[in-house]
Amino acid sequence: MSEPALDASGDMLRETTARVLRNLVTDAARAQMAGGALPLALWSALEELGLPYALLPEDAGGFGAPLAQALSLLAVAGEHALPLPLADAMLARLLLAKAGVEAPQGMLALAPGAEVALDGRGRASGWAWGVPWGRHAAAVVIVCETPGGPVILAAPQSALKIEPGADIAGDPSDTIRFEAVASAPAPFGVLEARAAGAATRALMIAGALSAVTAMTTQYAGERQQFGRAIGKFQAVQQNLAVLAGQSASAAAAADFAADAVAAWGPGLVPAVAAAKLRCGEAAGLGAAIAHQTHGAIGFTREHRLHRYTLRLSAWRDAYGREAEWARYLGRHVLAAGPEGLWPALTAL
Amino acid sequence: MTSFAFPAPPPSPESEALRAEVRAFLQQELADRAPIARAQSWNGVDAAFSRKLGQRGWLGLTWPKRYGGHERSALERHVLLEELLAAGAPVGAHWIAERQSGPSLLRYGTEAQKLAILPRIAAGECFFCIGMSEADAGSDLASVRTRAVRTEAGWRVNGAKLWTTNAQHCQYMILLSRTGAVDPQRRHHGLSQFLVDLSRPGIAIRPIANLAGEPHFNEVAFTDALLPPDAILGLEGEGWSQVTGELAYERSGPERFLSSFTLLVELIRVLSPVADERAQIAVGRLCAQLVTLRRMSRSVAGLLQAGADPALEAAMVKDLGALVEQEIPEVARDLLADAPPTPASRAFAEVLAYTSLHAPSFSLRGGTREILRGIIARGLGLR
Repeated sequence: MSEPALDASGDMLRETTARVLRNLVTDAARAQMAGGALPLALWSALEELGLPYALLPEDAGGFGAPLAQALSLLAVAGEHALPLPLADAMLARLLLAKAGVEAPQGMLALAPGAEVALDGRGRASGWAWGVPWGRHAAAVVIVCETPGGPVILAAPQSALKIEPGADIAGDPSDTIRFEAVASAPAPFGVLEARAAGAATRALMIAGALSAVTAMTTQYAGERQQFGRAIGKFQAVQQNLAVLAGQSASAAAAADFAADAVAAWGPGLVPAVAAAKLRCGEAAGLGAAIAHQTHGAIGFTREHRLHRYTLRLSAWRDAYGREAEWARYLGRHVLAAGPEGLWPALTAL
Repeated sequence: MTSFAFPAPPPSPESEALRAEVRAFLQQELADRAPIARAQSWNGVDAAFSRKLGQRGWLGLTWPKRYGGHERSALERHVLLEELLAAGAPVGAHWIAERQSGPSLLRYGTEAQKLAILPRIAAGECFFCIGMSEADAGSDLASVRTRAVRTEAGWRVNGAKLWTTNAQHCQYMILLSRTGAVDPQRRHHGLSQFLVDLSRPGIAIRPIANLAGEPHFNEVAFTDALLPPDAILGLEGEGWSQVTGELAYERSGPERFLSSFTLLVELIRVLSPVADERAQIAVGRLCAQLVTLRRMSRSVAGLLQAGADPALEAAMVKDLGALVEQEIPEVARDLLADAPPTPASRAFAEVLAYTSLHAPSFSLRGGTREILRGIIARGLGLR
């Protein structure tokens, strides 16, 4: 495994990842993925770089970088609108490691939602939905509540019945059914696992918004109407300032979501609730301004903007929309009461 | 394109120790402070309270000890400020002096000016107002007409400053005045800053009621007011760059997103036992914005601590902060239906009225929304 060099800030790790994605996420690879096929060369390159193992300790194949830094690679994936389930592969391995379950080889997918029943020997049967790239995964990792407590399982492809589907960006999002798959107790709840999933989407949203801000600003500087660049008009400038603000706000929120996943303490769920909610709002506001600025060309299949804005839509829907996390966070602070509000906010 | 960087705030364990200390102090000190008084946020003026903070060593926290400061970090100061604001402490008397005038003096003042003034600010005994806006110079600050002319004995000032908050409670103003000829090609040239003792003859302070009826605003008129030669702050003709140098301090602090915080506290008090799902969602949305802004504001404190000039990031914090400050009263009024008044609902209604009356100013003071977004657009390379 050729490991990227490490530095204290994690910049080199991010730059190496960005270079690989720039070189390998080609138009041909995108066309292949848009048809639901897996470009093996691309996934192998990500494996080669060690990215799916990035959240693991060094002796388990990780980079030995702080966890929050390794998570920031997902913002890089977002900046390149990467359709592949890198986030889920990384997180699936982290969750299995936390549960002490040996991870299968190959590309792992992760189920955001599932219903299972255990038999007397702890074997799980049931189904899961919205599984990104489930059809191509070596195994799908599922965390589920059961009467005996939360369990985790890695259902191998051979045990899966697949109903293919797609999310709003056209990326594979499959329903899977399985029977009698071995499970293990999970040392965390379904809510914690869901929050960790939401944190990955917050990070990808932040990365995608930063790319959208850059391309929209560039376009406004180039596109001429009424004899000058449209970016010279104050109405456009004010919109772009809002877009930049939403992008920066999402980046800050994604950062503290990564910190919360790294710490994996009592603050995990409320902090990620705030971050996913903020990033989801920013994704909606930001994508709208990007489209407004790009005009008709941005509404075409040939222009690259849609790669980002459609994934912003898919990622803000995944692992809890704004209202779901707002309700959680609202309950959390209301339970703290008027005097407890400020301490509750500063604890995040 | 400039990228806006909000790096993670550096760890600061000493800040958390300070937080506990400040919370304990405020709990005792503000035990009897009614919600409506807390709602004044950094408009609440109480000179005695400011002196108490000075006595505890909580003013000029980051300044050098030789000027009465305490040489602590920008992150510790951030914690202190956010705790004061969240508790609704009356910090208005010293706020401008500590936030902005003191740092300007530190940066541009002579040794004599620093030694004469800074220890008094740090003691909570000397308050400042900002002499920038005029009747015809609001957002367009470079068009100030107040003029200081050199005389044998110093400077003679004529003109009038407007919207000068709390001038009537202050001993000093930092005045932005024209000292050179007006050059339409170089509008930012020929401006200078002065350290003005407001007790001097020829200076008249006239209060102006705001829409809530409070005399916070003032007009400060200068009629042949004579200033000593050493009243000039920094370099003659460098007023513009000095003024813009204050902006990162002025725009990034927790007062830029906590102005309506007391209303959120009182909203939760009246909702707490019975909040329905709609209220939970609405409160959650507001809190997510506050948590994110807090992270961004602490990030700017970290940048200031590291010696960077995060003026663009500060503009962004202020622009986003005013949005949530103005959204809180809108959400609060919508969540509570008419009901027979109770003591708690009366307190809530008072705070809601107060905050709603002041909300329009949140996106005006310290740089309007349009000006801030123009600054951000410039940072993006669009102008």
